[in-house]
Amino acid sequence: MTSPCNHEHDAPPAQAPIVFHRRWPEEGFTRIPNWIYTDEAIFQKEMDVFFAGKTWNYVGLECEIPEPGNFKRQWIGTRPVIMVRKENGEISVIENRCAHRGAQICWQNTGTVKDFTCPYHQWNYDLDGNLQGVPFKRGALGKGGMPRDFSNKENSLNKLRTVNRGGSIWATFAADAPDFEEYCGPEVLAEIDHMFPGKKLTLLGYSRQLIPSNWKMYLENLKDPYHATLLHTFYITFGLWRADSKSENIPTGGGKHSVMVSHNEGKKVTDATAEMGRFRSDLELLDKETVTPRAEFNRGRVGGAWIFPAAQMGIQANSLKTRHVIPRSPTEHELVFTYYGYEDDDEEMQRLRLKHANLLGPAGFVSMDDSEMLSQMQIGVTGYPDSTGIIEMGGRDTEPTDYMVTEVLIRAFYQYYREAMGL
Amino acid sequence: MTYSREHAALRADLRDFYEEYAVCLDEEDLERWPDFFVEDCRYRVTARENYDQKLPYGLILCLNKNMVKDRVLALRQTTMYEPRSLRHFISAIKVKRIDGDTIEAQANFMIVESQSDREPVVNMVGRYIDTLVRTADGFLLKDRDCVCDNYRVRTSLIIPV
Repeated sequence: MTSPCNHEHDAPPAQAPIVFHRRWPEEGFTRIPNWIYTDEAIFQKEMDVFFAGKTWNYVGLECEIPEPGNFKRQWIGTRPVIMVRKENGEISVIENRCAHRGAQICWQNTGTVKDFTCPYHQWNYDLDGNLQGVPFKRGALGKGGMPRDFSNKENSLNKLRTVNRGGSIWATFAADAPDFEEYCGPEVLAEIDHMFPGKKLTLLGYSRQLIPSNWKMYLENLKDPYHATLLHTFYITFGLWRADSKSENIPTGGGKHSVMVSHNEGKKVTDATAEMGRFRSDLELLDKETVTPRAEFNRGRVGGAWIFPAAQMGIQANSLKTRHVIPRSPTEHELVFTYYGYEDDDEEMQRLRLKHANLLGPAGFVSMDDSEMLSQMQIGVTGYPDSTGIIEMGGRDTEPTDYMVTEVLIRAFYQYYREAMGL
Repeated sequence: MTYSREHAALRADLRDFYEEYAVCLDEEDLERWPDFFVEDCRYRVTARENYDQKLPYGLILCLNKNMVKDRVLALRQTTMYEPRSLRHFISAIKVKRIDGDTIEAQANFMIVESQSDREPVVNMVGRYIDTLVRTADGFLLKDRDCVCDNYRVRTSLIIPV
């Protein structure tokens, strides 16, 4: 006899444990096996090892939550968190899940609260995640309630280690993660400080898009100056990013981070433009301001730093923005741009920041090409999980370069990735 | 605004204008798209998240008609994208204010996207929040905020809203 609660038949295949037999190609980090973009077990391991591990994750900007009680809902990998300004003015990052049964306690993207109450059983937390109240803790009519030794203190929300670097907010789940400065290293930290020099920030807005591709494809795209010199006609033609620009490609943090910068050269014809298949000498914009930055930072550099696992701090023309990747599944990620300026920007500078934001995001003159390409790439690798990608442009090493036509940053990343993932 | 016969006639005229706009984009007759705007126009596509917080950023932000024309140039000449068919469905036209030849109005939009090898999906849904001017040749857009309810854009926003 079997009852509905006591099945004797075998578990269906989907519930059977996943046994992983795949092996990384012998060539090492000059090859990428396609199964890392599709496999559910790999994805789960990435969430545990990276996003929940000893990494520092981008959470937001201080200017998004200026007043006490202001909050912003956010994700670190697949884990929901809340960034909130406390009464004392400090910023806290707490897990967005009730300690009782796990429901999200915060359902809105932004807002202002005095405290957080889980709608399910109304367990109540202060802005720092401390459990303040459990309804019917002593029961009703003298019966029920929590055990006498139940401690509010021991059942508070997990509070993440949090760092505020010039108005950019970072958090880690790991008590034993290195300090933020040590985690970033001097090269990446210099880029962050360049964009967040301690001036008060102004929030300009968000773009969000859901891209049907693995999150690492976006990471690779931002470590790939080679594609930008070929795919993005708009960049190439208007000199915002060209194969013959001065550039730096620096893998850091053992390959997990990178600095990738270039110089905005403006539209010009050189010997190298002949190689740029998409250079269009005939193309001119009616509104030239869209592609004409005003000198702002001393070094005149554009691009930025990728801070592993999922953030980039970058400048393009006068548009300042953070990019944040939120993995949703092995084959889907969300990409969020947060655009900002400085409180002391004059009217022209704010106009330029907004105009130049037309280059980026889901409708960006440049970024449109990327999201379109990544969804095509995912279709290709999903169909051929046992095939491999070739990462040999610019050599087979991981040394920094001062030229564009290279995949060095991707190689360095996979050198790190294999070791961290044990693959 | 309270209902009046004159108001109903205006709304019918606006419906013609909105549908003409929809046909222009659905047929990818992009070169004709700037003709819907005055020279000194503002056109923006933004998510409700930004609109509600009064944030100035736009996924597309054109601060004059030249920028509207540049959008068309970029789409035609530089953008690499997978072809798709879009259908705009515009409804619930509401006249909010009339001031001489200037009219504030809004309407709902829904855009359904079909790609060559996939089922149609709702690409975007939201509101046009408009200021129009009535000219001898019909209405022209002075200010258009396309405010989408979408939290996220599906992959990319190629053809303007």
